[in-house]
Amino acid sequence: MRRLLAFAALAAFVIAAPLAAQAADDFTLTIKDHKFSPAELKVPANKRVTITVINSDATPEEFESESLKVEKVIAGNAKATVRIGPLKPGRYNFVGEFHESTAKGVVIAE
Amino acid sequence: MLGALVIVFREVLEAGLIIGIVMAATRGVVGRGRWVTIGVVAGILGAAIVAAFAGVIAEAFEGIGQELFNALVLGAAVVMLMWHNAWMARHGREIAMEMRQIGTAVSEGSRSLTALAVVIGLAVLREGSEVVLFLYGIFAQGTSGLSLLTGGLLGILAGAAFTGLTYAGLLAIPQRYIFAVTSWLIALLAAGMAAQSAQYLYAAGIINHLGETLWDTSWLLSEKSLFGQLLHTLVGYVAQPTALQLVAYLGALAAMFVLMKIARYRPQGRPVEA
Repeated sequence: MRRLLAFAALAAFVIAAPLAAQAADDFTLTIKDHKFSPAELKVPANKRVTITVINSDATPEEFESESLKVEKVIAGNAKATVRIGPLKPGRYNFVGEFHESTAKGVVIAE
Repeated sequence: MLGALVIVFREVLEAGLIIGIVMAATRGVVGRGRWVTIGVVAGILGAAIVAAFAGVIAEAFEGIGQELFNALVLGAAVVMLMWHNAWMARHGREIAMEMRQIGTAVSEGSRSLTALAVVIGLAVLREGSEVVLFLYGIFAQGTSGLSLLTGGLLGILAGAAFTGLTYAGLLAIPQRYIFAVTSWLIALLAAGMAAQSAQYLYAAGIINHLGETLWDTSWLLSEKSLFGQLLHTLVGYVAQPTALQLVAYLGALAAMFVLMKIARYRPQGRPVEA
């Protein structure tokens, strides 16, 4: 019974939550030759932000950032959407994990 | 080559730790080798399928397919781990007693083996699909890929060796404590997975609350360091946790203990049915 109640509460929360979602700002990053462009992306602080990552390479990449709490695999010649924030003002590093030596970038929240 | 080794090792490590813990938790149970093997093989097959459809999954549900998939896989693993721990809370003592009496393997525990095989399968599926994608990328790059590929394969071997190390380490624990220790390990493992699952739902925009970061200990221990990653898998260490992750973590732990308490409770004088 307790389990059932907890589950019902969680289900209600999960279903109701998107209704409260605020519109997010949209940005784009492109991966080409295992590099990000732009390598520095300015986004507004204290807001949910959506970044579309376009992978123009033929090989897959994993967009990853500890501070942005993102881990997302993007297939070759495909795009993916990541949602980040709300961020406090500051710099947040990200990498393409499969080509970490070249695929580096930073999100600047201001 | 070293880079490839490290990347693959890091992906294999998480699944390896989980397999090591599950093997220790099921020490002496009949048929466990078979279930563990089924879990690993099914996980690898699943990983290849997931990798093949990575693009499709990512673009499903308006671009949040991958997050949903990860959240569901982690959520399912949490449920299975909870079920196992509840089951062990009810039957663990008898199993331990039986093992001492007859000194051999027992068949009793095999009932919760299916749940643990699923956990192994899911862990291999999740981490393995990234390994498959990474290795595929190396193949696709052509001739220069050979040393990278060697590195990747060595990474898998290193991860497998680590699994053996975890298992051997846990086996050093005296038999009478092993159920208690593995129950704790599984509870913390599940809590960490619950926090991760919640974070994926947040990334998907399905949960939009409690997203603020509570603290930052990345100056002390980065999640990307080897030790940080070990702790991340074992106890759910997160350097910059959000309120949501903390709530999910504590909630899963609490749910686990309530379930174990219920499972342990027996009305007076009645033998227990399975």
